[in-house]
Amino acid sequence: MASTIDSTGSDNSRALKNDRAPWHAFVPPWLMSLPAFILFAVLVLTPLAMTVVLTFYRFDPASGPIAAFQFGNYIEVLTDSYYQTIFARTFGIAILTTLLCVAIGAPEAYVLYRMRDPWRSMFLLVILAPLLVSVVVRAFGWSMLLNTGGIVNQFFGLFGLGPYKLEYTTFAIVIALVHVMLPFMVIPVWTSLQKLDPQVENAALSLMASPATTLRRIVLPQIAPGILSGSLMVFGLSASAFAIPGLLGGRRLKVAATAVYDEFLGSLNWPLGATIAILLLIANLVIMITYYRVLERRYSRSLG
Amino acid sequence: MRKNGLVALSFHTLVILFVLAPLVIIVLVAFTPDQTLTLPTHGFSLRWFRAILDYPDFISAFFNSIKLAFASATLSLALALPAALAIGRERFPGREFLNGLFLSPLVIPSLVLGIAFLRFFAMIGATGSFTWLVAAHMIIITPFVMRLVLASVSGMDRSIEHAAQSLGADRWTAFRRITLPMILPGITGGWLLAFINSFDELTMSIFVTSPQTITLPVRMYMYATESIDPMMASVSALVIFVTAGAMIVLDRVYGLNRILIGSH
Repeated sequence: MASTIDSTGSDNSRALKNDRAPWHAFVPPWLMSLPAFILFAVLVLTPLAMTVVLTFYRFDPASGPIAAFQFGNYIEVLTDSYYQTIFARTFGIAILTTLLCVAIGAPEAYVLYRMRDPWRSMFLLVILAPLLVSVVVRAFGWSMLLNTGGIVNQFFGLFGLGPYKLEYTTFAIVIALVHVMLPFMVIPVWTSLQKLDPQVENAALSLMASPATTLRRIVLPQIAPGILSGSLMVFGLSASAFAIPGLLGGRRLKVAATAVYDEFLGSLNWPLGATIAILLLIANLVIMITYYRVLERRYSRSLG
Repeated sequence: MRKNGLVALSFHTLVILFVLAPLVIIVLVAFTPDQTLTLPTHGFSLRWFRAILDYPDFISAFFNSIKLAFASATLSLALALPAALAIGRERFPGREFLNGLFLSPLVIPSLVLGIAFLRFFAMIGATGSFTWLVAAHMIIITPFVMRLVLASVSGMDRSIEHAAQSLGADRWTAFRRITLPMILPGITGGWLLAFINSFDELTMSIFVTSPQTITLPVRMYMYATESIDPMMASVSALVIFVTAGAMIVLDRVYGLNRILIGSH
């Protein structure tokens, strides 16, 4: 903080004439933010920096992590087919979950948007409220629905089908993740629908556009930014999800998050676990930024 | 605006069923009199709720979670409120940076924060400390408090506060009598949302809790990976009831749609 105060010190601000307040005017807001800043400096910036440093350490099974600067952990994670499979599965699950959330969440938000009010608020609440229920609880609910004697298999049994092995499959992970992530898709689409003027839709219809054309040409472009930000959110959260793959994937179907957990609390290879986590963070950021850039460019072009 | 057609309403019904199914099934199974998790259940019994009382691990984890959520939500509010007042109402160098920093835990996966805390706590010898666990939870929940308080601060009219000051109220009185009541819904809403999020947190906590400080979600996760019996359902049902209760209060205080969507 001190250096910030110095750099905008009295000499500079006087030189900037009267449109800039003197530096001591900034002291109250700085002081007000200081306690929270200290907490975040100690507990976000420092631990993250330490974790990055840890990824360069060497691991010795007998004595634990040894301070070093080498890229052995990165090379191991990136070249070993075991970890490649885990990363491929993680991102495959995240992509599938995102697509399903778009396919379910966007139409559902539109259906809600066209409802009248007691129903609209009620169903909106039904869809969003599970967001606040612990993810462990929801994962457990899905494991009961999907297990061999569960409701879903009993339903298939009525038609003489099954029982299928649904629990401990990629399918189970994706279904439960869609359930957890759906609100993150509905919220931004709903928000962008609020800005949609119903009169424009009516105008298109009165000009003989079919309902399908109206939906495609009027509604869809308006909610595209909402779908985009929802997808980014869902993808990021799914790729780093821990509880759902941990409880519904079993020990065999590892994803990046459960692999990190095993490295840290099982085999105690912290440098390797930290490397997987940092790679997950980087991959997540890169994919999200690229996706965002591409869609943003296309979007701004279509608007002229 | 046209009404939803039959196809749209059938789709909607399926989505609602999908959303409610896992929660409804838990509540149904929680009241089973049977020894195992089978459906349909035969009859109605509270035996698995009584079973929780004989299982001290869940009881102590529940009280740990309540203490943790209460402490971290309250302390987080104490730090976030002045910061939000500064960021929401003043223009000063570093404002954007601070705002970004305070909201950053929303974009850093909890998993990464979890291992970062584990590493940090091991270095400073704070492993298993309840105080540091509170601090770790404060990081995760501060963005929620910040967002709600910021929303209510930036929406308020400052001229009323200035009027009070020009009528002779000192700054503290003006804040206490004018500003505070105006942003109170944002403050209580932020506190409750922070409480719920801390109470539910699993992914970060699983790395930094010790057997003494273990929280309810972590205990439930461990229990569910080891054994599956109807007690898991009764504990889950209790969590659903507690969350639903908190949600009703939250809805009264601030409006649940406003919290979840950010607007009316």
